[in-house]
Amino acid sequence: MGFKIDCPNCGPRSYHEFWFGGELRRYDPDCTDEEDYRNTWLRANAAGPQQERWFHYAGCRRWLTLERDTVNNTVTPLQVIPLGG
Amino acid sequence: MSGLLRRRTYLHAAEPKRSYDVVVIGGGGHGLATAYYLASRHGITNVAVLERSYIGAGATGRNTTIVRANYKMPESVAFFKRSFELYRGLSDELDYNLLMSRRGLFWLAHSENVLRLQRERALLNQAFDVDTVFIGPDEVKKLCPQIDLEAGGKGHPIIGASYHAPGSVIRHDAVVWGYAAAAQRLGVHVHEGVGVVGITVEKGRAVGVETTAGRIAAGTIVSATAGYSSTVAALAGVCLPITTHPLQAFVTEPYKPILHRIVASADMLVYISQTSRGEILVGAEIERYTTYSTRSTFSFLAECASRSIDLLPFTGKLRILRQWTGLCDMSPDYSPLMGPTEVDRFLVTAGWGTWGFKAIPAGGMAMAELVATGTTPANIAPFRIDRFRDDRAVPDRSSAGTH
Repeated sequence: MGFKIDCPNCGPRSYHEFWFGGELRRYDPDCTDEEDYRNTWLRANAAGPQQERWFHYAGCRRWLTLERDTVNNTVTPLQVIPLGG
Repeated sequence: MSGLLRRRTYLHAAEPKRSYDVVVIGGGGHGLATAYYLASRHGITNVAVLERSYIGAGATGRNTTIVRANYKMPESVAFFKRSFELYRGLSDELDYNLLMSRRGLFWLAHSENVLRLQRERALLNQAFDVDTVFIGPDEVKKLCPQIDLEAGGKGHPIIGASYHAPGSVIRHDAVVWGYAAAAQRLGVHVHEGVGVVGITVEKGRAVGVETTAGRIAAGTIVSATAGYSSTVAALAGVCLPITTHPLQAFVTEPYKPILHRIVASADMLVYISQTSRGEILVGAEIERYTTYSTRSTFSFLAECASRSIDLLPFTGKLRILRQWTGLCDMSPDYSPLMGPTEVDRFLVTAGWGTWGFKAIPAGGMAMAELVATGTTPANIAPFRIDRFRDDRAVPDRSSAGTH
């Protein structure tokens, strides 16, 4: 279904203006091989709220982190790199 | 062969037993085929297939019914060739007319890059005795006169194609009903409306499922749940390399037979065929974001209809009847994920993305053999779930047809 992402820099825009960057993962340079494998390849792929990254390529061209319910695509922005930042 | 267009299979409405040798989660093609081959090839009939909705409600009932073997990794070509051969004999085996109809399938190229890809595909397929040939625009036009070689005159004319003559369409509902009916005749229980809400793991071994109809003990559990593979595996504490993406398609109203071939463009990411019922069926690429929502979008309809008209101008006069969305369990390398997990006796057949329907007979047969013998059949060994751990991906993105 179509939905809008409320970009803190640009306001509410169609999801078509964004690239999907996948679910939020944190890279730890000191991780073990097993943790590296799980972080690189495995995904929670949750049905429900999920923290993820989107890139506003047709707008401010900043990455933002948001929470989206993957069942109904309701979006809550969490964090964005501000313009000029 | 009885009943040309027999209606759906009526399932015995028995209550689930408290215990089965094998519990298959998911009453789609792969789940039902696994149960059928367990019963027919290995004599294991104390089997239940649990489907939370109705059988075929998920990806098996939502795909675009194309079967083909023109893959581009040696492992995949061999596997899908086997599946295609099994499909050819399946109507007889199941005593259920699947309306398999041989059409011939194009993958059109509009760019040098894709042209090279299709040539490689044809050469590899021929090495595996799969009938795929590399052809030029003149032959495309001869085989399918309705195609506009200028592709809408937008600067991307068709410059060649791979042509896979065995490419066919099959009535997908019949595949589900045929497997369900045949499995049921052999003693398998197929339970609709029974959802799995938990998987009981004791000392690293799966021992049963919690369902909406109570607890059921199981010797072995097989998950065949397509778009929901991650959420079902999570019940057993297993994490998979899968993301769930929506894929949309639409059909027009039924028309007289006009389009015999299956027309797909690897550059424009659209594929078009005419169903046995006469509808023109058009599908496209998956959405790049993940979701479990099956709501369809107007933007897809507009974009996909436009591509369809560019390739086949006559479709511009047709009226759209219906559009829908299915969920695809995409793997990182566009190949399936089949076999044991880190939880003993919990097996997964997943990662079927946009290519699962054509794999149903071979996939079901391999999973049944794995369950019955405990040994992974050679033809699915390359598709083991943890292959990324040691960099043994089977990258076959160009064969998905939707990327």
